[in-house]
This record gives sequence, structure tokens and C-alpha cells, in this order.
Amino acid sequence: MSEMIKVGIADINLVTPPNTIRTTGLGSCVGVILYDEVRKIAGMAHVMLPQSTLVKSASTNSGKFADTAIKALYDLLLKKGATAKRLKAKIAGGAQMFQFSSASEMMRIGPRNIESVKYHLNQLGIPLIASDVGGNSGRTIEFNPATYHLTIKTVNKGTKII
Amino acid sequence: MDLTKINHLHLDILREIGNIGAGHAATALSTMLNKAVDMKVPSVNVISFEEIMEMVGGSENIVASVFLRIVGDAPGCMFFMLPIEQAETLLGDLLGGEAVQLTEGIHSEMTISALQEVGNILSGSYLTSFSDFTGLNLQPSVPATSIDMAGAILSFGLFEISAVSDLAIVIDTAFTDIRRLDEVKGHFFLMPDPESFAKIFNALGVPMDE
Repeated sequence: MSEMIKVGIADINLVTPPNTIRTTGLGSCVGVILYDEVRKIAGMAHVMLPQSTLVKSASTNSGKFADTAIKALYDLLLKKGATAKRLKAKIAGGAQMFQFSSASEMMRIGPRNIESVKYHLNQLGIPLIASDVGGNSGRTIEFNPATYHLTIKTVNKGTKII
Repeated sequence: MDLTKINHLHLDILREIGNIGAGHAATALSTMLNKAVDMKVPSVNVISFEEIMEMVGGSENIVASVFLRIVGDAPGCMFFMLPIEQAETLLGDLLGGEAVQLTEGIHSEMTISALQEVGNILSGSYLTSFSDFTGLNLQPSVPATSIDMAGAILSFGLFEISAVSDLAIVIDTAFTDIRRLDEVKGHFFLMPDPESFAKIFNALGVPMDE
């Protein structure tokens, strides 16, 4: 029996086959998947905000920010036997759920999340294999660590696999 | 923001804001639809982000929503949210009995602008009474609409609070069609920015302890 492992908002979790891992209702948040094809282990983070250093007070939840979430996920995977050099990434999310005529910096949270996630993956030398980002639709994503397929469901644009 | 400094009196104040605000909005909705709309007692919850998603039936639940930013003395976010079928009924009533489809992704311009107008009127009346009650200067941004997963929509309202806290204060007022009281038709969510709480409480003479 395979199980589906859930990742909540601002949460991080790991998965090995035959289980899959899933997060629901990504809007401006970005789902980041790191996986090791040889060791057959993967992890997912549901990132809400681009940078922990921009915040006004210390938060204990590392899963919330792109910089701390990617580092935490990376460390967790290495601890479980993944090899840093083999890690690959897929990402999805970062939508602009609402269109405003006066697009202030704050309202551009989705695009800023995407930029930050890409930057921090690059810093750790993790290649980004596939992504489905931007737009203005919410996404539910599910990753299968056996096939490395990321299934992306949207309300208005159907389902796709990257 | 230190949530431990918020006491019962403060929560009562927030509940009263939800009560007055949504009361006025429900009246406006009732006038617009020419039928009775009843609202439930507002709830004020200090809850985790995950729990917020559960309030609207899970983050994947599809809803029609109107979002606006409150600008002025006490900035924040406001959402008006309806389950998709109920939004279709409401808009259908409003457009003179026309059958309205929101799920297919082909929304007519008319439907979307009707939804936006509903949001505009409701949030305007909510905000006006919020402003009158507190004496704070509050203005709504132009409302934006989205028909999508509740989680994707609501998380957008959390970007201010999530930077400083793992919990959010949500003032929720559910309302119903008076003929079917058991059935929740929609929600108003008011989520003040972290710095706004002290301003709201000060304005009403119940400052937070330093």
C-alpha cells in the first residue's frame, strides 16, 4: 500500500517510494521538490515568503522562507543518505492570484518567491530540472519519487506532468 | 507582534468589529438580492495557517472570492468568499435569473464584474462601519476577484502576518440564506496587518500592555 504524504503550508516533509508527496492550494507560495534519483528519496517544501532576513522578528519555522526552507530540506535529505551532487529540483507555484492595477512590491509576492527559490537552488548548486511557475492559477502538486514526475493540478487549466 | 499581549477584552473588540462590519454588509447583500440574509455570530480565532485553510473546507476547495487591501490607519486584508455553487446562485439572482457558470473557466465579463461589484459593496459597507466604530481612517483598495482554490487565495492574505508570526488572527463572519440556516453561504475574513492591532485597540481605549 502506498501512502500519500502531506506537506502543509510552510511545512517540509520527505518521501520514499512507493509513497508520494503532495501539497494543496499553492497560490503565491512555491512548492520545491528536491530528489536523489539513485537513493530514491525526495522532499518537498511549501514556501510562503522569499527571505527570512527581511522579517522583523525571529521565526522558528524554517519551512516558511525560501532561503531557510531549501537549506533545511537539503540538510534533511543529506542526513537521510542523499548525495548533494545528485540532488535535482522541480518547482511549481508562485502565481499572482489577484491582478491589481497598482502592483506594489508587496503584491508581487509570487514572482519574488520564484526568484528567491531559484537563487537559493543555484547557491547550493542544485540543477532545476523542470518548473511550472507564475500565471494566476492555484496549484495542487504531487511528486512521485519512483518516476520523478511532478503532477500539477489547476482549477481552470487542467492537469499536467513535468 | 506578541500574541500573548492580546487578552479577552481585545478579542471581544475584534469580534465586535466583525459583528458590526458584517452586519452592515449582510444588510447590503440582503438589499441587493431582495431577500433575507442572516449572519452568524462572528468568531475571532488565533490560529495556525493550516487551520485557516480548514475554515473554508480545505485548501483545495474551490471558491469565488473578492479580495481587497485596507489602506489608511490600520492596514490589512479583507476577503469575501463564497462556495462556487452559491456564488453562481447569487450572481444568477443578481443578473436577473441568468444561469451562471463559474467553474468552466469561461467567465463572462459581466459575471466577473458583477462579482467584483458585490465585493465592492459588501466590503465597502463592512469597512465603513469598521471605520466609524474605531474612528480610524480606512480605505479599500480596488477589489480584485479570483475563482480558485481557497488555499491559494487565502495564503495571499497571510504574507504580512506570516513574516512575523506562525499564527494569524482571523475575524470570520459566516452568513446564511435565512431559509436554510444550517447552510453556510459565505465568509467575510478580516485580517489586520500585525502593526494594526495596537492601533485598533488604542483607538478604542484598550491599549495592549507594553
